[in-house]
Amino acid sequence: MKHWTAVAAAGFIAAAAHLPANAADISGAGATFPYPIYAKWADAYKKETGNGLNYQSIGSGGGIKQITNKTVTFGASDAPLKGEELDKIGLAQFPAVMGGIVPVVNLDGIKPGELTIDGPTLAKIFLGDIKKWDDPAIKQLNPSAKLPSQAIAVVHRSDGSGTTYNFAYYLADVSADWKSKVGVNTSVQWPMGIGAKGNEGVAQNVGNTKGSVGYVEYAYALQNKLTFTKMINKAGKTVTPTSEAFQAAAANADWKSQPGYGVILANQAGEKSWPMTAATWILVYKHPADPAATAEALKFFAWAYKNGGKMAESLDYVPMPANVVADIEKYWKAEIKDASGKPVF
Amino acid sequence: MVDVALQGGTVQVAVQMDRAKVLQRLRLGDAAFRQVTRAAAIAVLVILGGIIVSLLLGAWPALRTFGIGFLYEESWNPVTEKFGAIAPIYGTVVTSLIAMLIAVPVGLFIALFLTELCPMWLRRPIGIAIELLAGIPSIIYGIWGLFVFAPFLQQYVQPFLIDMFGPIPILSDLFAGPPYGIGILTAGLILAIMVLPFITSISRDVFEAVPPVLKEAAYGLGCTTWEVARFVVLPYARVGVIGGVMLGLGRALGETMAVTFVIGNAHRISGSIMAPGTTISATIANEFTEAVGDLYTSALVALGLILFVITFIVLALARLMLMRLNARIGT
Repeated sequence: MKHWTAVAAAGFIAAAAHLPANAADISGAGATFPYPIYAKWADAYKKETGNGLNYQSIGSGGGIKQITNKTVTFGASDAPLKGEELDKIGLAQFPAVMGGIVPVVNLDGIKPGELTIDGPTLAKIFLGDIKKWDDPAIKQLNPSAKLPSQAIAVVHRSDGSGTTYNFAYYLADVSADWKSKVGVNTSVQWPMGIGAKGNEGVAQNVGNTKGSVGYVEYAYALQNKLTFTKMINKAGKTVTPTSEAFQAAAANADWKSQPGYGVILANQAGEKSWPMTAATWILVYKHPADPAATAEALKFFAWAYKNGGKMAESLDYVPMPANVVADIEKYWKAEIKDASGKPVF
Repeated sequence: MVDVALQGGTVQVAVQMDRAKVLQRLRLGDAAFRQVTRAAAIAVLVILGGIIVSLLLGAWPALRTFGIGFLYEESWNPVTEKFGAIAPIYGTVVTSLIAMLIAVPVGLFIALFLTELCPMWLRRPIGIAIELLAGIPSIIYGIWGLFVFAPFLQQYVQPFLIDMFGPIPILSDLFAGPPYGIGILTAGLILAIMVLPFITSISRDVFEAVPPVLKEAAYGLGCTTWEVARFVVLPYARVGVIGGVMLGLGRALGETMAVTFVIGNAHRISGSIMAPGTTISATIANEFTEAVGDLYTSALVALGLILFVITFIVLALARLMLMRLNARIGT
């Protein structure tokens, strides 16, 4: 209950603070995962164009609710909406930026990138089927590593999050057990382990607990100097989490296969693809009540695609590949129209 | 009062003005005062009623779907949208119980020490320290709990507890499991620290209100300090003490942020108090922002309703207890 009041109070303060803002301010709400990069883009965009962005990072669920109620110009979600959901509300959906999710461990004598793990093994660990670090399944992947006979302490997110959605999606993709027993959502019924709030909470718990394993956004693994692991991807190759590996996954994805680019980047083909890459989406109305506002929002994202790549990389996000961007802009022209049928972008 | 005022500084004015008018004005003032205070009191009822109604409305879809099973099912699965509240209820009750088991005796001992035994020069520092504890925001307790207290428990306290209770049949289950550092026990301990100031400062105030005559008489009869505390101070101050304990319990039941940080947030009921669990408020704080779907949101609101009911029951029990105590003293 306290939390609600805090959110409500923060909302009031934010609303009050923004009252005198420029009429051209773009309003958006939703996912927390891309908030740092949206804020950074907005800052640079304001300097260049004078137009500000008012983005409330209230969570994907809140973002979807707000765009459904038309209180914001765009909503943002870490989990893509399905085609029929988009059609029901009349929304267009496109990805804005991507990030990588990495498994992190805390084992004495093992440095970042020294341990290798594959999807099925990771699923078994999070299901509780593999209980010790010297399990044959892990040993087989790491013949040279010295693995202790230590209990594995699983750490997962306690709050609903896009990170969990993508992580669970990947595990469901590689493990039938995970798919039937746990499934995919922004929060799931974890069979075991401890829940920690936010990426920072998981990072803190893994950092503190010997023998633990968790999953965080790549940036948090770097900032907290955690031991991330290598992974074996769909092509059977061992990959290290890098910006290139995340981009490779995005380049190999078949973005057209889902309505509104709702492709989960987990377990993509390609020899260099990192298996747990995640995109985050923007939702706007196809026939907006205020076409000028939507046009401003699209202009902002077009600017961000063009000029925001370096900024995204500096915060360990991954910019969208150029071919996908070109296609998204075509999609805007074809789908997002004002009352007279003219494209708003 | 009116006469006194008229006879005082306003006498000269009163002579000039019609006495009846002045009285009329004072009466109007009184009436206005009565209305304002009554409106404030009614506003509380209206707000409370509004909260209950909105909680009921919000919780209705979940209650209709799951029925009474919502109260005892353990499953909390956002994927299949099957929700049951027993794990958070269990966590809420057990963490509060641990907190009260520790905080009530410790708080009473501190209050007794401060009022009966403490040298004068030490009273103020201890009293201020206790009040400062009450002023620390819960998020600070949470961060301290996660970064300092939990690692300390994990490295030193929990392995010791596991070894100590290992050979004892029932206790070994209660203190079983890998020492995560965070879990039900840690949350209970943090809560104990958080509610301690409420219990201590209220108990101290009511202990100080015990008439010295009673204590002196008891000492005069040859009572020890312990006997005076046990048979004179505590019985005299029991109503105030129970009030303080209930205030503390209320905070423990509803505390959100600090608990979220250290409880481990797992929707499971485990025999061991070192295992991770969750509480009602922690679940709501964790999951409300990203809860997609009406049923999920509604289940969270229903949890809020349950917490409301639990708090209500606790307060009602406290009243009942006080009434019985008073009745027993009366006969």
